[in-house]
Amino acid sequence: MRLADTLRFARDAAAGYPVRTALSVLAMSIGVAAVVILTALGDGARRYVVGQFSSLGTNLVIVLPGRSGTGGFNPANAITSTPRDLTIDDAASLRRLPSVRRVAPLAVGTSEIAHGGKLREAMVAGSTAEFIPIRNFELAQGSPLPDEDWNRGSSVAIIGAKLRQEIFGTEPAVGQLVRVGDRRLRVIGVLKPLGQGLGMNTDELVIVPVSLAQAMFNSNTLFRILIEANSREAIPAARTQSLELLKQRHRGEEDVTVITQDAVLATFDKLLGALTLAVAGIAAISLAVAGILVMNVMLVAVTQRTGEIGLLKALGASADTIRLAFLAEAAMLSGIGALLGYLLGQLGAFALRQAFPVFPAYPPDWAVIAGLSTALATGLLFGVMPARQAARLEPVLALMKH
Amino acid sequence: MALIELSGIERRFLLGDTTVNALNGLDLQIDAGQYVAVMGPSGSGKSTLLNLLGLLDRPNAGSYRLEGRDVTTLSPEEQATVRSRRIGFVFQSFHLVPRLTAAENIALPMMLAGIAPAERKQRVAQALTDFGLDKRADHKPDQLSGGQRQRVAIARATIMQPALILADEPTGNLDRHTGDEVVHLLEALNSQGVTLIVVTHDPALGARAGRQLVMEDGRLKHDSAHAPG
Repeated sequence: MRLADTLRFARDAAAGYPVRTALSVLAMSIGVAAVVILTALGDGARRYVVGQFSSLGTNLVIVLPGRSGTGGFNPANAITSTPRDLTIDDAASLRRLPSVRRVAPLAVGTSEIAHGGKLREAMVAGSTAEFIPIRNFELAQGSPLPDEDWNRGSSVAIIGAKLRQEIFGTEPAVGQLVRVGDRRLRVIGVLKPLGQGLGMNTDELVIVPVSLAQAMFNSNTLFRILIEANSREAIPAARTQSLELLKQRHRGEEDVTVITQDAVLATFDKLLGALTLAVAGIAAISLAVAGILVMNVMLVAVTQRTGEIGLLKALGASADTIRLAFLAEAAMLSGIGALLGYLLGQLGAFALRQAFPVFPAYPPDWAVIAGLSTALATGLLFGVMPARQAARLEPVLALMKH
Repeated sequence: MALIELSGIERRFLLGDTTVNALNGLDLQIDAGQYVAVMGPSGSGKSTLLNLLGLLDRPNAGSYRLEGRDVTTLSPEEQATVRSRRIGFVFQSFHLVPRLTAAENIALPMMLAGIAPAERKQRVAQALTDFGLDKRADHKPDQLSGGQRQRVAIARATIMQPALILADEPTGNLDRHTGDEVVHLLEALNSQGVTLIVVTHDPALGARAGRQLVMEDGRLKHDSAHAPG
């Protein structure tokens, strides 16, 4: 039999039993849709986290006070248990390192910002002029923090886009005085709107000189020191050099943790990649179930159509012809199911993206290809047995069932 | 040369613990172009004989030569080819594929044989005209009368231009009048040179054939070709 005829014959046979055809196509499409949507979720989570970390800045090395590494028991910790705080001078000393381009100390707290009778809570970040370029922020209006002695904070502030909108409305903000906590500060700049950035909404941020922030919050410690390495290649050097320098400054005690953006990124990437894979595996089980359903449906079809198979044999169909016709039917069921499932899955992912715009729920290509080919493979694999059974039927016995 | 030569054909079935000899040492020759009626009571082996002649079943012993060629030793694939090219079947209950139209049912053997669509179309059109089915080409079997269905079945049986047509009670499901029509159709084919073998219970139909075979207990009880007188 010609290929086109085989396909048409299989199509007509499948169309002859609409309910069972629809059910097996549905099962297969749910399986594929599950793979597409679940991997879209998993990979979306990975992209989201990676994107958040990337938006922190480029070639970033971050110093945290306290030791959180898992280096095992350190005898030095046993003697002096209180870790030294990070100070502005610590941060300033890092600027001398050869692998470092920029350094920004960061002190953080919450306070109130008020102007013209309007008052609201805001997160205050104390830092230096370098903070904005390190974090890849951009100014919409005004000028950056003055490049001055880090221990001498002028009474100025840069505010986020949303704060500007809420406090000043349509009035110009730059040059105005605002009250932040118990200080009166002059607004010298406004940030471009950026949105969420790792738990810190930059649109609601107030950036002030670091020593001013420390005075406001009555502390002399830093929350973080952000370091930008000279290049991607310089990141490991920047990490070891800054760790070494801080250890010296802290009397030989390694009481800080230095993390690189790359390391964090790679960890999350791997972790969430594995998660996606695991989810895809679970979804693949539903594909196998769908495959078994297709087999069941085809086995029923062989029984239902025994008489027809006998007739085809009487009319001169060879065993190969019958086998091919049944295989083509199984392939068609799973193929259409897979295609439908793919569309359903993409639709689901699209709906997810509409519902959660920040969440990039795109199914990865490998998952789509693997899902579709698994569907086709299981459909064919499970189609082989019914097809062989049909081909093996004795024509005379099959005819008697007509 | 004889079209069909059967010698020492045995066919046994196992029914529970007992073995039934459906065909018991059958010898038979049928010449090309003959019109043969096979008669006999139920269980006499006439359907088994028809199945063997149609290569739908294999004998346990004996040889079957079709057109001088031993077909019992052929592989299933080769037998399928012989069925496709040399043998046409007409069944009592028509055996049309319900989801296919009359034209598609007629074209089915050609489709299975891999004949090009253009030629199929032409031959189906010719067959529809020959069998008076022009206006029924696109009807499904359930939209056809019994006589029309059997005409479609006969058109299907002849579309590959076989040497042999095997008809199993071709009028069994039809009333007298349409039954006669169908018989005339088959006889017209026979007069064009096709060998026709009809299995029937109906003595009137059997009497029309050129040669009558009566079977009983798996043997030939009577063969008009060798009968005295």
